Amino acid sequence: MIFYILRRILYAIPIAFGVSVVCFSLVYIAPGDPLQTVMPPDATAETIEIVKHAYGFDKPIPMQYLIWLGHVLTGNFGMSISTRRPVILEVTDALANTSLLAVFAVPLSFSIGYAMGAIAGCFPGRWLDRLVTGTAVVGVSLPNYWLGIVLVVLFAVQYALLPATGMGPSGSTNFHILEWSSAKYLVLPVFTLAMIPIGILARTTRAAVAEVRNQDFVQTLRAKGLSEWAVIRHVLKNSLPQVMAVMGLQFGYLLGGSILVETVFTWPGSGFLLSKAIINRDVPVLQGTILALSLIFVATNLVVDLLQSLVDPRIRRA
Amino acid sequence: MSDIALDKPLETFDEQAAPATLVRGYWQSVFNRLRHDTVTLFFAAIVLLIVLAAIFAPLVAPFDPYKDSVIARLKPIGWRDHFLGTDELGRDMLSRLIYGGRVSLLMGVVPVLIASIVGGLLGVVGGFAGGRVNTAIMRAMDVFYAFPSVLLAVAVAGAMGGGIGNGMLALTLVFIPPMCRVTETATTQVRALDYIEAARATGAGTITIIRYHVLGNVLGPVFVYASSLVSVSILLASGLSFLGLGVRPPTADWGLMLSTLRQSIYVVPFVCALPGAAIFVTSISFNLVSDGLRAAMDVRM
Repeated sequence: MIFYILRRILYAIPIAFGVSVVCFSLVYIAPGDPLQTVMPPDATAETIEIVKHAYGFDKPIPMQYLIWLGHVLTGNFGMSISTRRPVILEVTDALANTSLLAVFAVPLSFSIGYAMGAIAGCFPGRWLDRLVTGTAVVGVSLPNYWLGIVLVVLFAVQYALLPATGMGPSGSTNFHILEWSSAKYLVLPVFTLAMIPIGILARTTRAAVAEVRNQDFVQTLRAKGLSEWAVIRHVLKNSLPQVMAVMGLQFGYLLGGSILVETVFTWPGSGFLLSKAIINRDVPVLQGTILALSLIFVATNLVVDLLQSLVDPRIRRA
Repeated sequence: MSDIALDKPLETFDEQAAPATLVRGYWQSVFNRLRHDTVTLFFAAIVLLIVLAAIFAPLVAPFDPYKDSVIARLKPIGWRDHFLGTDELGRDMLSRLIYGGRVSLLMGVVPVLIASIVGGLLGVVGGFAGGRVNTAIMRAMDVFYAFPSVLLAVAVAGAMGGGIGNGMLALTLVFIPPMCRVTETATTQVRALDYIEAARATGAGTITIIRYHVLGNVLGPVFVYASSLVSVSILLASGLSFLGLGVRPPTADWGLMLSTLRQSIYVVPFVCALPGAAIFVTSISFNLVSDGLRAAMDVRM
C-alpha cells in the first residue's frame, strides 16, 4: 500500500510540472509584448531595454521559466496589473469564496446524483430509470450559466424570493453563514453549480451499477439466499470505485464551471477573478488563478486515486 | 449478418435468385437500427433544421439581424411582427437567433473536426507503435488532462485575447487529448487481434496495415466519440462568448447575446432567456443523436 501511495505521488509530480509549463507559456501566447501593458506607448528603445532587463525578459526562455518557477514555489505569483496587489492574495481571497460554494455544491450534487443513479441502476427499465436517464441528458446539455440566468429571472425577478447577485447586501463586508440574510445569497449559485454534476454522476452511477449487477457474483449472492436489499448493498459497494473516479473529475469541472456561474452571480470567487482578469487583460492574475485551480485539480485526482485504492485493493496492483 | 439462408441448396443460390437485401453489411444494419429509433430520428431532424436555418439564414430570417431601431428596443415576445421580441438595440430576436446558429455550429464542429484529425493521428501512431513512443505521447496528453476543460479553454482563449479564431484554437486544444486517448485505446485493442498478425505474416508493411486494417476498425469509436464532443464544443464555445472571449459585437452569437441581454432581465425576462434556450436545444439534440449513433453502431467506450 505504502509503495502504491509513493508511486502515485511520484507520478503526480511530472504532471504538476507540465501544468506549470503550460501556465508559464500563457504569457507568451498572449499577442504582443508581455510588457505592453506596463509600458507607456511612447517609451524609448532604451527604456524598453531597461524594463526588459528589470523583469528578466532579456534572458533565454528556459531560464525565465526556472526563475518564474522559483518565485512560484516561494509563493510569489507577481503583481496584479489592474489592482497592484500581489496575485497570491487575490487568488487566496477568491479561492476562499469559491470553496464556500464548493462546500455546499459538492455534497449536494454528489449525494443527489449518486442516489438517482443507484436507484435507476437497481431498477433498470422502469419509469424511474427513464426519468433519471432523461434528467442526466438534460443535465449534460444545459449551459449552467443560462440555468443561472433563468433561476435569477424566476426567483429574483418574478417572485423576488432570493437575491440575484453578489455575496451580501451592498456595502456589507462580512459573510455569516449561519444568518439567513447572508446565507440566502448562496442558494442560487450553489444550486446552479450543483446541477451539471448531478446529471453526469447519475449517468455514470447508473451504468456502473447496471454493469456490476450483470456480474456472476451477484447471481451467487442470490443463490445463497440473500435478500434483495443485501444484494443491492453488495452491488453498490462494488460500483463505488468507478463512481469515485468520476466524482474526482466532476470536482474539477465544478472548479472550471465556477467561472461562468460566478460571473452570472457576480460571486467574488476564483471564477469571477478569472473573468475580471480576462476583461482587464491582467495576465499575471490569469496565470496565477489557472495555476492554482489546476494544481488543486491535480491534487484532488491524487486523493481520489488513493481513496479508490483503499476501496478496491485490485487497483494497487495494476 | 446471419440472414443468409444456409439451409437452401446451393444450386438455387445463383445471382438472380439471391435477393441482395438478405445480405446486410455493417452500415446497412446500422442504418436499419437507426430507422427504428424514433427518438434519435426526431432529434436528428431538429439538428438538420438548425443546420439548414443557419446555412440559409438570409432566406429564413424575417428581418435584418443588424438593423437596430430606437423605438423597438427590448420589446416582449410577440410585439408587432417581432415573433420573439427585440434586443437592447431593437434588433429582431428571431433573426438574430437564426444568424447566431452559424457561429455556434461553426465553433461546435470545426474544433472537433481538427482535434479528431490531430488527436486521432497521434492516437493511432501511439497505439500502433506502443512502447516509448506511446508513453511519451500519452504522458504529454496527461498534462492537458490535468486542466478542467472549461479552465483550459478559458486560459488559452483568455491569454490570446479572444476572437473567433482564437476561440476555435483553444477548443481544439481542449479536445485533442480526449480524442487521442480514445483512438489510442481502440488502436491498442485492434493491434492485438489475430488478423493484424495475419496481415503482417503475408508481408504487409506498417503503413498498409494501418491504412487497411487499423483505420477501418478505429474510425467507428472515434466518430461516435467526436459526435458526442460536438455538443460539448457548442456549450464551451458559447461559454467563451459569454465571457467575452468569442466573437465580437455586433456579430449575432448565442453566448454573446445571452451576455449582453443579461443586463435587461428586469425589462424583458423571457426574451433574455431565449439565446440560452437555443444553446440548450442544439446541445441536447446533438447529444441525443450521438447517443443514438453509439447504440446503432454498437460502440462501447
